[in-house]
Amino acid sequence: MAAIYSLYIINKSGGLIFYKDYGLAGRMDTNDSLRLASLWHSMHAISQQLSPISGCSGIELLEADTFDLHCFQSLTGTKFFVVSEPGTQHMENLLKHIYELYTDYVLKNPFYEMEMPIRCELFDINLSQAIQKDRVAYLGR
Amino acid sequence: MQFFGSSEISPSPPLPTASGNNAHMMYVFNRNGVCLLYREWNRPLRTLDSNQDHKLMFGLLFSLKSLTAKMDPSSVEKGNLGVPQLPGQGCSFHSFRTNTYKLSFMESPSGIKIILVTHPKASDLRESLKYIYNLYVEYVVKNPLYTPGTPIKAVRLWEFQSLRLFEGWRRRRTRERPIKSKGKEALTKLHPSTTKLDLQIRKAFPISSGTEVSYSTRLSINTCEASDSM
Repeated sequence: MAAIYSLYIINKSGGLIFYKDYGLAGRMDTNDSLRLASLWHSMHAISQQLSPISGCSGIELLEADTFDLHCFQSLTGTKFFVVSEPGTQHMENLLKHIYELYTDYVLKNPFYEMEMPIRCELFDINLSQAIQKDRVAYLGR
Repeated sequence: MQFFGSSEISPSPPLPTASGNNAHMMYVFNRNGVCLLYREWNRPLRTLDSNQDHKLMFGLLFSLKSLTAKMDPSSVEKGNLGVPQLPGQGCSFHSFRTNTYKLSFMESPSGIKIILVTHPKASDLRESLKYIYNLYVEYVVKNPLYTPGTPIKAVRLWEFQSLRLFEGWRRRRTRERPIKSKGKEALTKLHPSTTKLDLQIRKAFPISSGTEVSYSTRLSINTCEASDSM
């Protein structure tokens, strides 16, 4: 059992630019992950519209029956979200760390085109390390 | 009733853990997306008119449900995204949180959706939602004068039932034709002292009298005290 099931990164227009799964039951097909990402983008926007108080910045945590979805939106509109086991703590820190990795290894990569799918080796390596670390910490807790 | 244990309402609503009014709004939808009840206590920001707002809320819940059903990491067979699902089918969600509010959601097997919007630090409100659902069953579903699928409205129902009762009485007494016009005007024209009549009806029909009113007041009492654990 993994603490994290999958990670999605979507750009400011709702397109999926990065997806990785860590042990799901049943494979998610590429089309489905693209659809889910854009669906999440619109749900995030609608949740801001329905807020009773001004200054809402969208869903941060969605608690479903079998998983939790933690979402972090950067100032530029890129959204990072992880699907994790219900009740997993400290996901905000992990998401912020992933954001740091993104800025360091994706945005600073001269060959990366903005808003396009992420294909950066350094990002992949560092991300898997971060997830591994988180998993170790989770097991240690 | 099988779903939540007993058929009686639990003797007391879930205990509030802190003082203060934390509830913003409440919605009750049926399975067709009709908003049966909408109450708000504290809503400074309004971006849409009420009808659009209800539609948007229902749409959000519907889509979030299909999203969670598709995303469910524990099941292998998930079906296609966006295919309508029966209540209780697939993985659902019970709440989500933003920086300004928390939305708690419950769906009954018959497709009644109860939504409570509260302060983001409110604790798990699943018990409160079940309590509200029990109130709905006791005071709305068991009300013989309530037409399923229509908004829960105290005043209109009350007027209607009193008018009908009064028509019946009048026909029996004076052997007149039934009155064809409906509504408040007809009621006052027939009998100027409706208050007395209302009292009589209330005495004679304790089940139907004002059940809707007691439902909504009990709801507001319960949800205003919706607890949090700050």
